[in-house]
Amino acid sequence: MFIRMIAKAFVRQWKKMAMIAFTIALGASLATAMLSVMMDVGDKINQELKAYGANINVVPKGNSVISELYDVGDENVTGAYLNESELGKIKTIFWAFNIVDYAPFITTEAVLEDGSFVEVTGTWFNHHMELPTGEQLDAGLNSLRSWWDITSGRWIDEQTNDKSVAMVGSTLAKKEGISVNDDITLKGIASDVTVKVVGIYDSGGEEDDYIYVPVDIAQLLGGLDGKIDSIEVSALTTPDNELAQKAARDPGSLSVSQYETWYCTAYVSSICYQIEEVITDSVASAVRQVASSEGTILEKTQLLMILITILSMIGAALGICNLVTASVMERSQEIGLMKAIGAHNGAITGLVITEIMCTAVIGGIAGFFAGLGFAQIIGHTVFDSAINMRPMVIPVVTVLVFIVTLTGCIPAIRMLLNLHPTEVLHGR
Amino acid sequence: MSLLELRNVSKIYGKLHALDHVNIKVEQGEWLAIMGPSGSGKSTMMNIIGALDKATEGEILLDGVDIAQKSAKELTDIRRDKIGLIFQQFHLVSYLTAVENVMLAQYYHSIPDEKEALEALERVGLSDRAKHYPSQLSGGEQQRVCVARALINYPEIILADEPTGNLDEANEEIVVELFRKLHEEGTTLVVVTHNPEVAEVAQRTVVLRNGKVDHEMINENFTGKIKHITLQ
Repeated sequence: MFIRMIAKAFVRQWKKMAMIAFTIALGASLATAMLSVMMDVGDKINQELKAYGANINVVPKGNSVISELYDVGDENVTGAYLNESELGKIKTIFWAFNIVDYAPFITTEAVLEDGSFVEVTGTWFNHHMELPTGEQLDAGLNSLRSWWDITSGRWIDEQTNDKSVAMVGSTLAKKEGISVNDDITLKGIASDVTVKVVGIYDSGGEEDDYIYVPVDIAQLLGGLDGKIDSIEVSALTTPDNELAQKAARDPGSLSVSQYETWYCTAYVSSICYQIEEVITDSVASAVRQVASSEGTILEKTQLLMILITILSMIGAALGICNLVTASVMERSQEIGLMKAIGAHNGAITGLVITEIMCTAVIGGIAGFFAGLGFAQIIGHTVFDSAINMRPMVIPVVTVLVFIVTLTGCIPAIRMLLNLHPTEVLHGR
Repeated sequence: MSLLELRNVSKIYGKLHALDHVNIKVEQGEWLAIMGPSGSGKSTMMNIIGALDKATEGEILLDGVDIAQKSAKELTDIRRDKIGLIFQQFHLVSYLTAVENVMLAQYYHSIPDEKEALEALERVGLSDRAKHYPSQLSGGEQQRVCVARALINYPEIILADEPTGNLDEANEEIVVELFRKLHEEGTTLVVVTHNPEVAEVAQRTVVLRNGKVDHEMINENFTGKIKHITLQ
């Protein structure tokens, strides 16, 4: 009889039920979309923020000490070097999968044919690595300096045997009259090298006065075989908290459990610490502006999405509240009759809630799939990539839908409980 | 011991005494009519006897138990187990068929039994209309479904509030005839009406005025059959 009543109530008031299902579907779809994006947005935003450049800078320990003592930039200090052969180890640390890009730098001076001095920096451009873990990575300046404007020519492509090639900064190119496809001879400290210019770039900074070449060319010029003087690392990080700040000051001050928590969380200080463990005599430090911007933007974006989810759920609850209350008012005579012939409040409440919950299940399922679609639209529109559906979204949306539906039913249930049969059966 | 007894029952709304120290007894198997003009307290009395409302003061003994002090939950149980209600406006659930409307009372009482519900409809002459919805039934047929619904749980007393108020003469006769049969079977009937023709077929009539029992009439020639007065 109960099922028969539910089924017939659905058929009789299908329009109202459809409206309730639609309201729930709207709320559920927004919640699904926002939660899916929110749970996936960390990686997506970090990928986007890679455009800001590296967030970790690794330099030799000696240079770092001089830099700290005399308050000068790392790039102005020379004398100590890192080993190029250890670069691959960066992808072997605990948080290896969070290292999304990195590039070594070796800077030397050279003399052009007209006798002017120029700073030559050797680095990776799109260096291909096959790691022991089976992972493959293309790392280098092409993505670490993605904001550079290539005014003519192209990026150096290490994967097509671009060996004796160079990219020249726009200011230097203009001053020296260098253009793409020109051959220029660089007289270095140790040897001379002739390179072909494949691209002119505009970085908007002092790098426009430099020449960028593959690492081995710079090492050849400076006689610095196998040496590099810094590494820039772009890593996906977790926003800092008190623990991370304490660890950044002195990891030795942490208790064992704090140390384990810190070490196993992708704080920028934790990743720096792990890089220092694998690169001999190195000091890894966070580029604070980028690291904190990433954390702040991520937190604010997630907060925004949580707020949208909460607001959409409140909106859905209000909509359900109106519709269910209207439905109970419309059915007041029927409810009054049920009470008159012996139905307890619990039985009638159960009937109404079951009807609404069945509607919520239909609306919730429809809304969930619509939400997955919305999430993909957001992913492709905002991040230019698909949003991965996290299984965690399903129970969270299910609980939200049930809480919102029950909350929306509260005023109607209160009305139902206070409904007196004599008032509706006699029209008084 | 009377099946139903009202002792000094009053119902007061502010300064209005809808019922004012009413004393009535209804014996087992009796057919009582309650009459009176509008505002005399008929519906208030019906609600109080039917455990739909509480009296402000006084005792209401149903089967020897005072129901005046019972909680709302206990009153619901009393309505479900001991009272069959029939309303002027039928109050059938529009999306349930005739037989399902009868089964609804069974559902809240015990276990729905379609066969038994069909038998109840057969008793009121509606077995062929069991699968019809209220909108497909005439007023008289709807009221007969209400009678079947009131009967289905074998209540100790049937309370009918203006049962013929919305019916034409022919259907009025059918419903009164049903009451006569129920009375013959030993059912206790309390019928609230403003229609003298319906009141006259009862064994006894209590007339209310201004919330008080004005007078009582015993039908010496009780037959249970309605006699229509033809106006000249």
